[in-house]
Amino acid sequence: MFRLPDRVTAWLLLLPALVLLAAFTHWPAVATLFHSVMSTPKKNRPSRFAGLDNFREMVADEVFWRALWNNIAFAVGTIPLSIGLAIVMALWVNSRIQGRGFLRLAYFTPTVLPMIAVANIWLFFYTPQYGLLEQITQSLGLPSHNWLGDKSTVLGALIIVAIWKEAGFFMIFYLAALQQVSPSLAEAAALEGASRWQYFRRVLFPLLMPTTLFVLINALINSVRMVDHIFVMTRGGPDSASTLLLYYIYQVGFSFWDSGYAAALTVVVLVALGLVAVLQFGFLERRTHYQ
Amino acid sequence: MKRTLWTAVLAVSALAATLPAAAQKVTEINFYYPVAVGGPVTKTIDQMAADFSRENPDIKVNPIYAGTYQESIVKALTATKSGNPPQLAVLLSTDMFTLIDEDAIVPISDLAKGADDKKWLDGFYKSFMLNSRTGGKTWGVPFQRSTIVLYWNKDLFKEAGLDPEKGPANWDQMVEYAKKLTKTDASGNVAQWGLKIPSSGFPYWLFQGLTTPNDAVLMNEAGTETYFDKPAVVEALQYWVDLSAKHKVMPSGVIEWGTTPKDFFEKKAAMIWTTTGNLTNIRKNAGFPFGVAMLPAKKHPGSPTGGGNFYVFAKTTPAEQAASLKFIKWATAPQRAAEWSISTGYVAVTPAAWETAEMKKYAQEVPQAMIARDQLQHSVAELSTHDNQRVTTALNNGLQAALTGAKPPAEAMRDAQREATRLLKDYKR
Repeated sequence: MFRLPDRVTAWLLLLPALVLLAAFTHWPAVATLFHSVMSTPKKNRPSRFAGLDNFREMVADEVFWRALWNNIAFAVGTIPLSIGLAIVMALWVNSRIQGRGFLRLAYFTPTVLPMIAVANIWLFFYTPQYGLLEQITQSLGLPSHNWLGDKSTVLGALIIVAIWKEAGFFMIFYLAALQQVSPSLAEAAALEGASRWQYFRRVLFPLLMPTTLFVLINALINSVRMVDHIFVMTRGGPDSASTLLLYYIYQVGFSFWDSGYAAALTVVVLVALGLVAVLQFGFLERRTHYQ
Repeated sequence: MKRTLWTAVLAVSALAATLPAAAQKVTEINFYYPVAVGGPVTKTIDQMAADFSRENPDIKVNPIYAGTYQESIVKALTATKSGNPPQLAVLLSTDMFTLIDEDAIVPISDLAKGADDKKWLDGFYKSFMLNSRTGGKTWGVPFQRSTIVLYWNKDLFKEAGLDPEKGPANWDQMVEYAKKLTKTDASGNVAQWGLKIPSSGFPYWLFQGLTTPNDAVLMNEAGTETYFDKPAVVEALQYWVDLSAKHKVMPSGVIEWGTTPKDFFEKKAAMIWTTTGNLTNIRKNAGFPFGVAMLPAKKHPGSPTGGGNFYVFAKTTPAEQAASLKFIKWATAPQRAAEWSISTGYVAVTPAAWETAEMKKYAQEVPQAMIARDQLQHSVAELSTHDNQRVTTALNNGLQAALTGAKPPAEAMRDAQREATRLLKDYKR
């Protein structure tokens, strides 16, 4: 019987995944690169080679810089806090307490809810005068505040939504990792007279490092990817104070219809994310202990 | 009993199955529409499409809810670029230049060429046609059009010792009333604001309710120039900023458009500015008598028009375009326009619609509905230029910067004007 050489079989097996990846990931990425050096086609003015024009425009674009800084602040605000919270929650629901199944479910609920629904709920929380937050602060006699309508508080308000949404998701990974940790380690540490903090700092946390690396990368990607709530809550306002990079790309691409510039912005985001991933894998991986 | 029901169902479905075969050829129209106001708009549109198809068995209208105005144009243009445009859509009247620049639509005046057609197009209110015509052609047909009006709570007016039957007539009076209507509780928090002019999303539109009475125009008719930094414009913005900064009768920062009607129902705001399209919503949900007034005057009264027009899309067959036109004519006929206006609160788009029996009866029951119509004579075109979304975003950012105290009004408007000039330089020929 005729038999295909192994090498051919292997490629054939890889083919479906490869086609999908090429069509929906690699080709669009390359096409984006191409579009980023072309001008946007307009009526009577077809697309032409524009060199670095789009990138020069970006350097001069105030909103781009604001979106970039906002995004950095958003990442710095959400990532450490949501990871820290996730670890605390995971340790908490990993211990033997009454109703921990219910607790786990409660912590995980925000992750399950669609972001648009979440944003609508939070929009009500933040509503001035009769929103939930206002009802609480007013009963405490604190002054009223327009959280989403003030340039200085709007980003913080969105960061809190993101943390609330993400922490439960990351908790699941930590919980899974914690259940892999052998109880004999805790017993040994106890015998040696280690405090609970020492046990966590010297034993548990290093063992959780692979999970932390994974979660960190996910958190970073999410801090760039998560923009759904902006559409509902602020539409990037007031005065671009809550515009994040991806939201800005959407705005440039689909309300300004400036495909060339949107492609250039996308390239910048791709490069930045790529760099961070290389750093994370290169630097942290060496310090990560795999069992 | 059950059995007869089944027989009936079977008979009807058999009949339905043979119908398409029996009809000669059915032209299908995909019709994108947005929902921008409260109330069961989707149901009303579905009913309209069904009624139309019953009267015209050779045309099938598929109404497709496409989200907000913003989402709808994204969907329509994306569909057009992928070669599968809708035949018909309701989009913002201000998107006209964008749609023309993208080659997405065909002029209505090229489709409707007969003498009857010309008469039909001339039958709409002039101020609605301002955003529907350019370069000697008609590109859009007014459908769900609105203007901004002031709603006030009559109970709260009474409490404050004001005449509950009269809204503020001019800018000074609005401040004076608002001061009387702003209430502070023991701990110094404002429990009730005198006035709310929303400023999220599309503050430029509400801003036109301030610039128009101050005799300022924001753009030229060709949509290639803007005048954001003119003194009259800056003065209007100063007034808006002062309402919260100086007079303390309006909350500071950006006020959410979507929750403004709710603030009104909750008696957190005694007067609000919002679209006439919210009339039915407010009528149903306000638990107190309310009044509707034209926007207060400065040099004269004035408001921008707003809302959506019908557009017929290019890259569709002539038969589909003709069918779309037929539907538009049907939907804007006096009787229909009146029904649409009554069920939503949008302004009926032709004087003829106001002459129908239904509309006369409605105007008697809800005299507030006539305010919007009467304001039309003072109305100007909504801000619309080439590269419209970008230019209005520049203005929106400037307005929000001023309202949040980040920039003084003059500087904010100068920056917005510089950005708009840069964006529009390619369109000046």
